[in-house]
Amino acid sequence: MISVRHLWAGYDGELVLEDVNLSVNKLDFIGLIGPNGGGKTTLLKVLLGLLSPMQGQVRIMGKDVPEGRRYIGYVPQTVAFDQDFPISVWDVAQMGRLGTRRLLQRYTAEDNEIVAQALRNVDMLHLRDRPIGTLSGGQRQRVYIARALAAEPKILLLDEPLSSVDFQVSKDIYELLSLLNEYLTILLVSHDMNAISSHVKTIGCLNRRLFYHAQRQITPDMMQAAYGCPIDLIAHGVPHRVFEQHDSEESRE
Amino acid sequence: MIEALQFDFMRNALLAGVFVSIACGIIGTFVVIKRIVFVSGGIAHAAYGGIGLGYYFKYSVLPILLADAAQARLDPRPGYYPLFGAILFSLVSAVAMGLVQRRTRQRADTVIGAMWAIGMATGIIFVDLTAGYKVDLMSYLFGSILAVQPSELLVILGLDIVVILLVVLFYKELVAISFDETFATVENVPVDVIYIVLLCMIALTVVMMMRVVGLIMVIALLTMPAAISGQFARDMRRMMMLASILGILFTTVGLWLSYAWNLTSGATIILVLGAAYLLSLAVKSLVRRQQAGNTSNGMV
Repeated sequence: MISVRHLWAGYDGELVLEDVNLSVNKLDFIGLIGPNGGGKTTLLKVLLGLLSPMQGQVRIMGKDVPEGRRYIGYVPQTVAFDQDFPISVWDVAQMGRLGTRRLLQRYTAEDNEIVAQALRNVDMLHLRDRPIGTLSGGQRQRVYIARALAAEPKILLLDEPLSSVDFQVSKDIYELLSLLNEYLTILLVSHDMNAISSHVKTIGCLNRRLFYHAQRQITPDMMQAAYGCPIDLIAHGVPHRVFEQHDSEESRE
Repeated sequence: MIEALQFDFMRNALLAGVFVSIACGIIGTFVVIKRIVFVSGGIAHAAYGGIGLGYYFKYSVLPILLADAAQARLDPRPGYYPLFGAILFSLVSAVAMGLVQRRTRQRADTVIGAMWAIGMATGIIFVDLTAGYKVDLMSYLFGSILAVQPSELLVILGLDIVVILLVVLFYKELVAISFDETFATVENVPVDVIYIVLLCMIALTVVMMMRVVGLIMVIALLTMPAAISGQFARDMRRMMMLASILGILFTTVGLWLSYAWNLTSGATIILVLGAAYLLSLAVKSLVRRQQAGNTSNGMV
């Protein structure tokens, strides 16, 4: 679905990503963690075509990024600025159809049906007329997921999806993502181990370099290599028992 | 007020207020939501360069071309030339400022600030260079809604229609870039082009407004009705409609007060708007407090 080969990227000569290789396969559910400044946002920008790589190749569904990104449903970090924005849940979700409707084209009945279905999938259709600012953090996250779904993507790309929600809400959203994973490939990034739950199928560490072996657990050599990560793992991961079934395995190693 | 309507200039002024308020409500909504007040100010002030240019052309260049200097100088009314100069200049500066913001790594606000001042300075120098009769350019700084000519009214109406048409055509893209530009980019919306179209619409609106409240107070008329309606509207369509209605109401009230008390009309309109804005803030905070009180009572 996504293939990243020998990617080097950064800004103004300042290197952020070094020789990143990643291949995302159909129906993967990958969680990438890494410290702030480790290049998560940069990697997302490259995948979304917002930043050109310095070197290396990125292909999405076998196509170059500008064309391939229409297969991606992007769910951004929820931010505070949209609290006051006068826009309804429906109108936000409808933006997912922008990519299929060119300039000067109006949304059709078919678009409306797709938007309604997307909102139904995230259980937000009943709030369709509510202004986005009146929703809770978790509800707003669901609307953004619906907006991504409305683009009828093959891949969901989530940026810090659970940065502003509490534990129960993040559990609900993970359950939703697991359901969607039945037919969608999912890649999410987060700086926080808490955000990566056992719903994720595989996990990787990103700190300038990417350490990803399509495995479910973080191996000691990955930790050592991406030395930014293990601190997070120890500080947050264990107390919240995110990887409880793997702790024993790892301690045996 | 009723007897004032028997004067042509009063009817023209009222109509100008209505036309301008409609564009203001629509475009002001984008300006407020997208927080591009500073760029809008820059475009407005740079437009003064066009007015200077228009005067220079009319009173210095055109008479030479037509060999009819005497007649050109006889007509002291600000007419088409400054208006079209302003339209041209503000459109050019809108595109330039948009490109600076999008394409260069310069500090965009510094560059816009410079263009703001350079535009105004250009206008002043061209007026200096203009031979002979110096028309009251203060009318562009502080507005002269009572001197709006029927011909200008037509231009204002034309600009209004252009602005409304563009907003209708590009509505979904305009909302998209206002709400979440990154997402719009990923969805292959031509965000830079749409943004520059928005700046051009601001330019056209600003030129219309200059006659009503003057360049210096343009930003107030552009933002305050939208800011008031933004506190109560649930979506952008309603925000635009309410802002337009409020604009019409307040320009009319302001015009009437200025007539009744013989005050400068532009400034009176702005003060009416300002009072309404402060009042709306007070009402809003009262409502919030009430709501907060209700929920906490409910929880107890």
